[in-house]
Parts: sequence; C-alpha cells; structure tokens
Amino acid sequence: MSTVDYYIEQLNTIQAAKQDSPLAPVRKSALDTFTNMGFPTSRNEEWKYTRIGSIFKKEFRLQNEDITSFNQSSIDAVRLPGHENANELVFVNGRYSEEFSKIISDEIIVTSLEAAASDEYADIVKAYFNSSSKYLKDGINALNAAYAQGVFIYVPKAKVVPHPVYIYNIVDAVADAVCALPRCLVYVSEAAEVSFVETYATLGASESITNQVTEIIVAENANVSYCKIQNDNSKASQVSTTHIHQVGKSYAETVTISLDGGIVRNNLNIVMGAAHSEAHMYGLYFQNGESHIDNHTIVDNVMPHCQSNELYKGILNDRSTGVFNGRIYVRQDAQKTNAFQSNKNILLGENATVNTQPQLEIFADDVKCSHGCTVGSLDEEGIFYLQSRGIPKEVAMSLLLQGFALDILEKIKIEHIRTYVQELIAARLTTQI
Amino acid sequence: MLKVNVMEEKYSDIEQAILSEYKYGFVTDIEADEAPKGLDENTIRFISAKKNEPEWMLQYRLKAYHQWLKMEEPSWANLKYDPIDYQDIIYYSAPKQKKKLNSLDEIDPELRRTFEKLGISLDEQKRLSGVAVDAVIDSVSIATTFKAQLAEQGIIFCSMSEAIQEHPELIKKYLGSVVPVTDNYFAALNAAVFSDGSFVYIPKGVRCPMELSTYFRINAENTGQFERTLIVADEGSYVSYLEGCTAPMRDENQLHAAVVELIAQDHAEIKYSTVQNWYPGDKDGKGGIYNFVTKRGICQGSHSKISWTQVETGSAITWKYPSVILKGDHSVGEFYSVAVTNNHQQADTGTKMQHIGKHTRSRIVSKGISAGFSNNSYRGLVHVSKNATNARNYSQCDSLLIGDKCGAHTFPYIEAKNNTSVVEHEATTSKVGEDQIFYCNQRGIDTETAVALIINGFAKEVMNQLPMEFAIEAQKLLAISLEGSVG
Repeated sequence: MSTVDYYIEQLNTIQAAKQDSPLAPVRKSALDTFTNMGFPTSRNEEWKYTRIGSIFKKEFRLQNEDITSFNQSSIDAVRLPGHENANELVFVNGRYSEEFSKIISDEIIVTSLEAAASDEYADIVKAYFNSSSKYLKDGINALNAAYAQGVFIYVPKAKVVPHPVYIYNIVDAVADAVCALPRCLVYVSEAAEVSFVETYATLGASESITNQVTEIIVAENANVSYCKIQNDNSKASQVSTTHIHQVGKSYAETVTISLDGGIVRNNLNIVMGAAHSEAHMYGLYFQNGESHIDNHTIVDNVMPHCQSNELYKGILNDRSTGVFNGRIYVRQDAQKTNAFQSNKNILLGENATVNTQPQLEIFADDVKCSHGCTVGSLDEEGIFYLQSRGIPKEVAMSLLLQGFALDILEKIKIEHIRTYVQELIAARLTTQI
Repeated sequence: MLKVNVMEEKYSDIEQAILSEYKYGFVTDIEADEAPKGLDENTIRFISAKKNEPEWMLQYRLKAYHQWLKMEEPSWANLKYDPIDYQDIIYYSAPKQKKKLNSLDEIDPELRRTFEKLGISLDEQKRLSGVAVDAVIDSVSIATTFKAQLAEQGIIFCSMSEAIQEHPELIKKYLGSVVPVTDNYFAALNAAVFSDGSFVYIPKGVRCPMELSTYFRINAENTGQFERTLIVADEGSYVSYLEGCTAPMRDENQLHAAVVELIAQDHAEIKYSTVQNWYPGDKDGKGGIYNFVTKRGICQGSHSKISWTQVETGSAITWKYPSVILKGDHSVGEFYSVAVTNNHQQADTGTKMQHIGKHTRSRIVSKGISAGFSNNSYRGLVHVSKNATNARNYSQCDSLLIGDKCGAHTFPYIEAKNNTSVVEHEATTSKVGEDQIFYCNQRGIDTETAVALIINGFAKEVMNQLPMEFAIEAQKLLAISLEGSVG
C-alpha cells in the first residue's frame, strides 16, 4: 500500500465521523484532489527544489481524538516571552486545545471551525474557507483541507485587540511519528486591528511533520501583522501556508523567521483584492547542518493602486539549502501598482546551496515593478576593516551577519519577540561561527 | 490640462494605426524539389539520400528520430498554441538545381533576385561590405560567398551538406557534442531531419578577417525549416557570425526548429549575433512562424569567450534560450537580447549560464518590449556548480510595456552551490514614461518619434553589441515592429 493510500484511508475514517458537518463537502472534494494528485514530486515546478515526497514516504499518524495525556509544563517550556500579556492558542498534533489556550482580550472571538460554519459566521466560512487552494494546487494543501479541524478567529468591527495572539503548534512525537494538520481561518473585520505571533515545537525524538494552513481575511481599513518563528528540531519538517486575502483597502505585514528544522517550506500568499491596499513581507532564514528552507511567496495584485514590498534575507551555513521563489502577479486591472521584491543570500558554508527564483508576471502597463536577488559570501573588505581595528575575525563576521539580519529583525513589532529572536541569532553566531 | 487631453487623443489615434506591412512577405516562384508531407523513417532516408550522405550520417539521423518518437513536446513554456501536426509538414524542400554550381553566375536568376530584394547580395562585387554570406533558402544552402579568400587562411565556411562530404572527421567529432540528440524534443527532431545549415571552422590562432553571415529564408508553402549550424573556434581564434531570417506571409503557421552549436577552445572567442525577423503573423495573430530553436555554446578551453546577441522581432512564437556552458577556467559567457513582441506574438526567451570552471564570468542583459496583445517572457538559468570557485554572474532584465493588453514575465532561476560565487539578478518592469514623452513633445518631437527614441535608448545596451551592419538594420526593425502600437 502506498503512503497516499494510507492517508486516504485515515482521512476516510475521520471524515466518516463528521458526515453532517457543513464543512463535509469541502473536505470531501479536498480528499478527491488529494487522491488525484498525491504528494508533489520534484517534477512539479513549485516543488522542484524541495523533495517533500521523501518525507511523506513514512506513515505518520493523524490525530483523531482530543489530546488528554498532556501537561502544562510541556507548554510552559515552549512559551514565548511576553505571554503573560498575550492571548494564547495552543494546537496539539494539529488539534486545537481549549484546555491549554487562554483568551484574555474581549475583542477577539475564537471558536471551532465546525461551530462557526453553522452559526452566525457561516457566510464568512462559506465564502473564504479553503480559498487558498486556488493558489496552491497540490496534494499537500488538499491533505490539510481534507482534515480541517481547526479554529475560526473573528475580530469584530472597529475593535483593536490590545494583546497579541500567540499561536503554539505543538507536536507530541514522544511515542510515535505524527503528522499534524493545524488549520485557522481568521476574519479581521472593518477597521479592526490584530497581531499574531506563531511558533512551532516538537516534543520527543520521533519524526514529525506539520502541514499547516492559515487563511486570514482582511476587511476594509483593517490592520494585521503576522509573525512566524520557526526554530524546531531537525526531525521536525513543516509545510506552512499563510494565505492573506485583503478584501478591503487594508494593511498587512508579515515577518517570517526560520532558524531551524528539517525540511521547512513556507507558502505565503497575499491577494490584494482591493484598491489602495498595502502589504509588506519580510523574511529571515539562518540555516545550519542539513536543514532545508523553502520560502514560496505569491503577491497577486488584482486591483489598482496597491503597493507591496518584499524583502527576504538568508544566511546558509554548513550543508544547508535555501530556496526562495517569489512571484508577483499584476493583473490587467491592477494599474498603478507598485511592487518590489528582493532576496539576498549569504553562502557561509562551503557546501551550502541557494536556489532563488524571483518572478514577475505582469499584465498591466502602468506599473512599477522590480525584483532583485543576490548570492554571495561575506564582504572580505568589511571583515578586513574590522580586523585592522583589532576585532578578531569571528567577531567581525558575527557583527556583519548581525547587521545583515537587522534589516528584518527591526520589522518585528512586538518588543519581547524582537529581543527574543535577536538573542537566538546572537547565540547562534557566538557558538557556531 | 488641455495639453494632456490633446496628447491622449493622439495616443488613441496611434493606437488604432495598423502595424506597417511586413516588408519581406513576398513569395518567390521557384521550382522546388520537395519530400512528400509527413515524417517517418522513409522521409529521413529520402533526405539523407538526396544529400548523398554517408552511412554514419543516416544512422545519426535515425537514432535521433527514434529518440524523438519517445519524447514529448515540452509544455512548460509560457506559450499558447494549437498542437502541431508533425505529419502535415514538408520536411525537405530545395530550389531545383540542375547540376552542381561552379560559380555564382549560374544561380537561378529568380533566386538571385529574391536575395537582392532581401538586401543580400550574393555577388562578390559587394566586396566592400566585407561580409561573407551563406544563404539558405527553405532547406538548402544556395551559395556561400568569399569562400576562396577564407580558405587561404585555413578557415572553413561552407554549407553543412558540403561539410559532411568534405570534412567528415570534424563533423563526426563536433556534431551533437554540445546539443546531443537527446537534449530536447525540437533538437531531436532537428537532428533527424535537418537539411542544411552552415559550418565554420577557424583554425588555431586565426582571427577571421570578416564577418561571417548566414541568411535563412523559408519560401515554399507547408514546409518546415530545420537548419543546423556548427561553429568551431580552435585555440586562440576569433570569429564573429551573423544570422538573419525572413519568410513570406502565409496564413498557416510554419515551423522552424534549428540547432546551433558553438565550440570555443582555449583563448578562442565566438561572437554570434542574430537578427530574427521571421514573419510574425498578421495583426489578428493568424499565420506566422513557430520559432523553436536550440542554441548552445561551450567554452571548452580556458580563457575562452562566447557571446550571444539577439534581436528578436519576428515569429508568431519564439522559444529560444541561447546558452553557454562555461567549462574552461576563466571563460566568459555573455547574452544580450532585445525581444519585441507586438499584436499576438508570444516570446519565451532567455539564456542558461552553466558555471563549471573556476573564475568563470557571465553577463546577461535582456530587454523585453511588449505591445498589442503580445506576451513576452524572460526565462533564464544561472547555475553555479560546486567547483566553480569565484564564479561571477550579473543579470539584468528589463521589460517595457506598451498598452494594457500585453504581458511581461520574468522567470529567472538562480542555483548557487559554491560559496565563493557572486550572483546578482535585477529586473524591472515599467511603461514608457509619460513625463519622458511629454518632455520630448515639449521640445517639438512628436509622440511616435519620442517613443522610438525612448525605446532605442532602452535597447541601446544590446544594440551596441551588434556589428555595425546589423545594428543599423536592427534599429530600423525595432521602430518598424512597434510602429502604431504606441498608446
């Protein structure tokens, strides 16, 4: 039995128990897609450099019951600084755990997707749930949608959520290899404001894979900031999809920090579906050992007068591999678009590899679009300059790299988090270079 | 305010203006010797027999044909076209010649007039222009000029069929060494059915005294043109090669699948320039040439250099990636391209730079201009392999959009596996600036001229790389193919 059949069988069992759910048709059609497509191979252009199929050769367990054997101390170990004043949402093995989550702001509503699909939010769920599949036509995305047991987060009109929302994705791989499929649908209503910080942690030494999909819908005059920190162990692989759809004139900002993990693939889509929207995407990856990071971003300029800006920076050490694929679409109606994209890489390790593909697809003429990318090593002259002033080479390199990373770090808005990431990077620079 | 309105009005006027006629769209009435339509082993044997080829060449073709049968037509390019019926093409068409020609005077006068109309004189009177020409009509090389002078220096410049007869050792050694028959669908097809082309060999230490040039023309109906060019530059030699092409205006699409191979040994330099002006189809996208070409050079020796320059204005569809394999240490690869698409033309073009040797350098400058309903894509690969220490690449691709119905796309692939390499890529997309046009208008330059001026400036970096004779032609071509598309 191939592993695809194995997952199909598991999903069939899971779906059979929820036949009456309003989400059942979506799950069913996603399962069909998954059955047809299976896992992408390197012949699939979008997965050319990331052999995700090799991970899924293994039969990972999908969590079908609520987690019971789990304790608070495991969560305390992975909590992010500033959690005292934050809303915390905990996913264990891809399932939302109400017990360990904590909502302290009144301005935010968190409910299960299942419940949201049958109450007052039904229209929103119906309209936007699984809209990311239009941009990610592959079996991985379908696998998540076929499972889809996540939460619905709602920020009502004109509410500013005073505390950030921390999302923990915890995988309990102590006993066996687990595939977690967390899912979120976020709706930020008119003139509302919210910020998210998401992180990942795997417990235990077994292999694990997190295949996550987060869809964020941003309405008129709303403001969303989203920060992702990936610093898991080398047996924890990940496909993490963030799909932001700006349905009204709005502002969105994302920061993606990838420090460690096995094979990590991030899909970030921003659909600029309303005129005068603005989006900023920042990313920093600093990889060691044999790790593999793949950032795929899509900016789809559908409507005119939008502005997007993207900057991804990477440091690749040892035998690590970095992949960047940034695509900017400018549709025919999206006149007066300004879209910029830049990807800069430093190859530190002799055996490190970078594959980068900045792409533009433009159908409107009155636009300003540019992209650029660079691959190189540390500036010899810069190091020499510092050495000539009595700074040892290692320190000089570390200083230059910190400077390189700073561009991205200073975009993290929440101070606790910024300091936390800065310290992670500083620690890595002192121990590993 | 008034001024702006006037300008806008003018814009729409020009927008409605129709593309100027394709100047080379005439048909010459020459009796042709053709193979029956369709492709099977017999067609290949027919071609091979017609050309009186040795057995090894026939075997090479048949091997390629069987390979081709196993392959699938590539579909990854950003191109849309109806499937090609490979059985509906005449694979061999040659202007009828009674006997082997001894001098150019014996050429069919109709044929000579054709080339004169195209502005290519086969008469050696045109000695002053200093360009040696090999003319290929439909499938067969018609005449090669200046052969004797070149031979004095040991340079071989002749048609491919002649080379197969007279220099089999060179052909056996180099043919298919850069683009193997298994390379891709169109290359395999070409290897099976190619009917002629040019062969150039520059011996050690010789600097070719004149520009070598081939002029391709498709004349007969329903034919495909499959020519093969092979240029070998031995140690320390230099050659500059030009290629030009035209075709009559016809309603059906015609297929052109050529293969060009360049080999540069130690310290050798090859400069290859193309002005591609196949019939692009009419303004509704009917007819035109499908230009599916494989061009690749290898910098075999150290300090060698290969430079591709192309001006692409014609063809309904262009699928073309002139590439350089930088195998020798300190070798240099260059790619300069201007691709213009108008009306319903589609172009998917770019380059591949494979850095294998140490201290290899490459430079890519690509300028895409799209107008009308056309789509213009740049697709390029820069690959730095593990051992390519100190490899250096700089790529720049700029796109210019004229009108809101066209598309410009950029798909660069950068793969770096060596941490001493430096790779840079930059791309921009914009339209012809209204303020720039306004500035020109203000100084009494009308809009059309202003746009031509701006576009010429945009493409200048590439045009500068072309040999003088070609640069002038290319500049005119650029203006012609964009005429009436400003808006």
